[in-house]
Amino acid sequence: MSESAISLNTELIKSSASALAAAIAHREISSREVTDAHLDRIEQVDEQVHAFLHVDAEGARAQADAVDAKVAAGDELPPLAGVPVGLKDVFTQRGIPTTAGSRILEGWRPPYDATVTTKLKGSGAVILGKTNMDEFAMGSSTEHSGYGPTRNPWDLDRIPGGSGGGSAAALAAFEAPLTVGTDTGGSIRQPASVTGTVGTKPTYGSVSRFGLIALASSLDQGGPCGRNVADTALLHQALAGHDERDSTSWAGEYPDVVAAAAKRDVKGMKIGLVKELSGEGYQAGVSQRFDEAVKVLTDLGAEVVEVSCPHFDYALAAYYLILPSEASSNLARFDGMRFGLREGDDGNHTVEQVMGLTRDAGFGDEAKRRIILGTYALSSGYYDAYYGQAQKVRTLIAQDFAAAFDQVDVLVSPTAPTTAFKLGEKLDDPVAMYLNDVATIPVNLAGNCAMSLPIGLAPEDGLPVGLQIMAPSFADDRLYNVGGAVESALVDSWGHDLISEVPAL
Amino acid sequence: MTSETGNTLDVAAVARLAELARISLSDEELQRYSGQLDQILHSVDKVGEVAADDVVPMSHPQPLVNVTRPDVNKPCVDREEVLRQAPAVEDDRFRVPQILGEE
Amino acid sequence: MSNVDQKVPFTEAVEAFDPLLGFEVHVELSTKSKMFCACPTEFGAEPNTQVCPVCLGLPGSMPVVNQDAIESTIKIGLALNCKIAESSRFARKNYFYPDMPKDYQISQYDEPICYDGYLDVEVPLEDGTKKSVRVEIERVHMEEDTGKLTHAGGATGRIQGADYSIVDYNRAGVPLIEIVTKVVPDTGALAPEVGRAYVTQLRDLVRGLKVSDVRMEQGSLRCDANVSLMPAGTSEWGTRTETKNVNSFKSVEQAIRSEIERQAAVLQSGGKVVQETRHYQETSGTTTSGREKTDAEDYRYFPEPDLVPVEPSAEWIEELRAGLPEAPAKRVARLQEAWGLSDFDMQSVVNAGALDVVEETVAAGVDQAAARKWWLGELARRANEQGVEIDQVGVTPADVAGIVALIDEGKINDKLAREVIDGVASGEGTPAEVVEARGLGVVSDDGPLIEAIDQALADNPDVVEKLREGNMQPVGVIIGAVMKATRGQADAGRARELIIERLG
Ligand SMILES: [Mg+2]
Ligand SMILES: [Zn+2]
Repeated sequence: MSESAISLNTELIKSSASALAAAIAHREISSREVTDAHLDRIEQVDEQVHAFLHVDAEGARAQADAVDAKVAAGDELPPLAGVPVGLKDVFTQRGIPTTAGSRILEGWRPPYDATVTTKLKGSGAVILGKTNMDEFAMGSSTEHSGYGPTRNPWDLDRIPGGSGGGSAAALAAFEAPLTVGTDTGGSIRQPASVTGTVGTKPTYGSVSRFGLIALASSLDQGGPCGRNVADTALLHQALAGHDERDSTSWAGEYPDVVAAAAKRDVKGMKIGLVKELSGEGYQAGVSQRFDEAVKVLTDLGAEVVEVSCPHFDYALAAYYLILPSEASSNLARFDGMRFGLREGDDGNHTVEQVMGLTRDAGFGDEAKRRIILGTYALSSGYYDAYYGQAQKVRTLIAQDFAAAFDQVDVLVSPTAPTTAFKLGEKLDDPVAMYLNDVATIPVNLAGNCAMSLPIGLAPEDGLPVGLQIMAPSFADDRLYNVGGAVESALVDSWGHDLISEVPAL
Repeated sequence: MTSETGNTLDVAAVARLAELARISLSDEELQRYSGQLDQILHSVDKVGEVAADDVVPMSHPQPLVNVTRPDVNKPCVDREEVLRQAPAVEDDRFRVPQILGEE
Repeated sequence: MSNVDQKVPFTEAVEAFDPLLGFEVHVELSTKSKMFCACPTEFGAEPNTQVCPVCLGLPGSMPVVNQDAIESTIKIGLALNCKIAESSRFARKNYFYPDMPKDYQISQYDEPICYDGYLDVEVPLEDGTKKSVRVEIERVHMEEDTGKLTHAGGATGRIQGADYSIVDYNRAGVPLIEIVTKVVPDTGALAPEVGRAYVTQLRDLVRGLKVSDVRMEQGSLRCDANVSLMPAGTSEWGTRTETKNVNSFKSVEQAIRSEIERQAAVLQSGGKVVQETRHYQETSGTTTSGREKTDAEDYRYFPEPDLVPVEPSAEWIEELRAGLPEAPAKRVARLQEAWGLSDFDMQSVVNAGALDVVEETVAAGVDQAAARKWWLGELARRANEQGVEIDQVGVTPADVAGIVALIDEGKINDKLAREVIDGVASGEGTPAEVVEARGLGVVSDDGPLIEAIDQALADNPDVVEKLREGNMQPVGVIIGAVMKATRGQADAGRARELIIERLG
């Protein structure tokens, strides 16, 4: 590769999705060139980062060529035409290996596309491949991937967050300008927080779950990940919308998040600080950067007040009952009968034994622990005390949100209590691991929406800190308005994007 | 360790649950999970502290009702494509090991 | 178990014990598409050709409820005098089995769509009268069917001793309605007949709604019969058993009888009835022990998070109620009186599933006796041969009316009518058109008839002798020969007249 080619490639991989889409549409560059630049980058750095489980170079180039042909023909282009995207491996893509990070699905090639996959294709995006994740999206570090962990590009000894660590690390490592994630308890926001990227959990029901391999059906929600608020909005808009194949999909109005991201006007807005999501348990540097971000909002003309959501203190407990319960049922189908791994089928074992051996061999520790816990919480005699009671707590948390949103337009908190921790640090202590999600979980329980965006590096370790913005259901536009305002103020004050500080790989 | 509700997940309980969940756990796994699960159970027991007798349980985040589809047929998937993904196939059907149960 | 169960004679058993009955009936709906996906439900397709990611339970797939299945269920509920729930929900019933793709069944649990109804069953008594018994309905709910297992290897093709099994998921996800009764008390010695009458009349009711084929032999109606015994004069409910694999109305009766006799023997010998699933054996008319209901069986029901509640509006329910057909019992009584039939003759029509077609044929101007003769005879035979419903043989009530008219006009006879039916069924047109095209008119021109008669008489001198002696009994031999010679086209009445004439 010539020096100018390298600098061009560097420029391409560091470009925003919006800039790439515009350049492709204006024939300044081809989608094929953009795609090749990203495939080259993956080739160079993914051995260290391990953000991808499968790279579909051939498919990506074919999609890119198709876009270039459209450009050449002067056809009208969809919004993401020619822009490379990474897809979390929890979404099905026809004929492309889809594992949900689990050995039990190794080699499975689904016969159908998830609605999210269809929407990506329809919006002209070029799907580079499938990104790494904690097995079946269970985890906060991507260490529970059946295929080895993803590493944080800010410090390769640290976790990139989870479960969508692959999607977040791919952005921070400049392997893709946009990625799709899923957020069941924070799996988009917490990785965004610890990798200095942006991620949104859309309102439950606004991104179709059809083709999303279910972890906890009443909590799971697909959503966009990007390196800035405007790019994230672009992907959000492409993914959201009603789907008749998902009974829980929203058939009403959807806000225009792209317009909101450009608005960046918080003057006169009321912003609530959640009392229960601060203080003890939050790393000093995290609290410091959070306080500074709040100051930015005040400076921009927003009115900041403290609100209390008393039942948030019970969110983690409710979540770790509801999630395992639903997961224990959703993961039952991985029994080695119709697809995926089968273990022990030697003519001497019964079907019951083969199912048991397959599930023992195919699932990792975390999946097995949660299945057992969920089986317990649903079993007769315990249902009311556990699953039933957790669903009631959920109602109370939703009521806390409703009361808070009576007073304020959005709520804010740190996204995660700490910056990225070291690989292996919490692997044998599930309860400590679960505490990572303390601030993100309430939104999943209530079903409303939230975003995480970078607000600086913690002074003590130089690692990214995220701000969480929470809005009512179907007011996702507020996230982008507020997020866009904070982002532009901070970038102005720093004189550059935070992501440009990520060390070279 | 016993949880606040007095419920425990000892090795025997975990073994029974693993059977119900069709996972053939090794003795080592039973031991290890029992300790970890008991600890998790202890932390989630906190939900019981909330007085919620008259609270309606929330099973769906959005209040949707009556979502249905019309009774019409759409194309099925290609059998070969599905069977190609199966661990074992015979006679265009999914082949499964011998069943011990009834019916 | 190889040892034969002890039994107490039935009359003795019901003197010592009061039987308590309960029924769980599963009805497969005849919707075009499955309960939660758009795959066809047709019977008999090539294995695994009516499947998709949803009904195969592939990772990521999601169910969406079939609107017609909900309406059919509400109709059944209304016909059974049930209340329709303002809000009902689906739940997951979790258990592992290779015929169940998701390893849970989407069913309904604590919030069924219909509840608290009843069916008044007319139980025929030995003296020819009937006794009305009210069977109270606990609930009617929706769920999905499983795939079909075929057991391979081993000697019997049965699950025991099979080396492995193969699965066809075409049936997986077909809508099932489960109708559960409350305990039916106080049936005494009539218990077996009550069981049979309940299932038969439930079948008639569902058939009248046109929401299912309700064919027991094809499995679109399945009955599990629960039986327990209570020592006479007490109110101590005994342990119940649940008998499956009951594949005909007669088997319902026999299974209950057999189970009463068996449980009585267990109790009288000081034993305890085991709570278990039992299987009815068609060949012996008895039940055999199946799976014991253990504590390990914990279905871990919880509300199906992939589906939202069903909340039918009052207007919707009233619309469905207004569209309900006349109650089958009422309709049968009305038609029985109009046609002047005995109970037995009327039941034959009902059992053949021919009520609609006979009624329509009569409405087309045909005498009820003629209409019944064709539908319960030739056409029922064809339906049976082809394994289809009687209204699926390719012949309509209007066709039957046309055929009967041709017979009445003397243009064809019964034998030719069967050929006409062949033609109509294979799409050759109306009966008149088939007669024309196939040249099936009766030979009434005496010339060829006389020729055939003379030949037949000449070939059978011994018969001629008897006829001349005035013994007319063997005249059939001659008519038969004439029919053969004319390939069935002779008018038998005219042939008989001519034979007498020729004999002088
Ligand atoms: Mg059932
Ligand atoms: Zn299907």
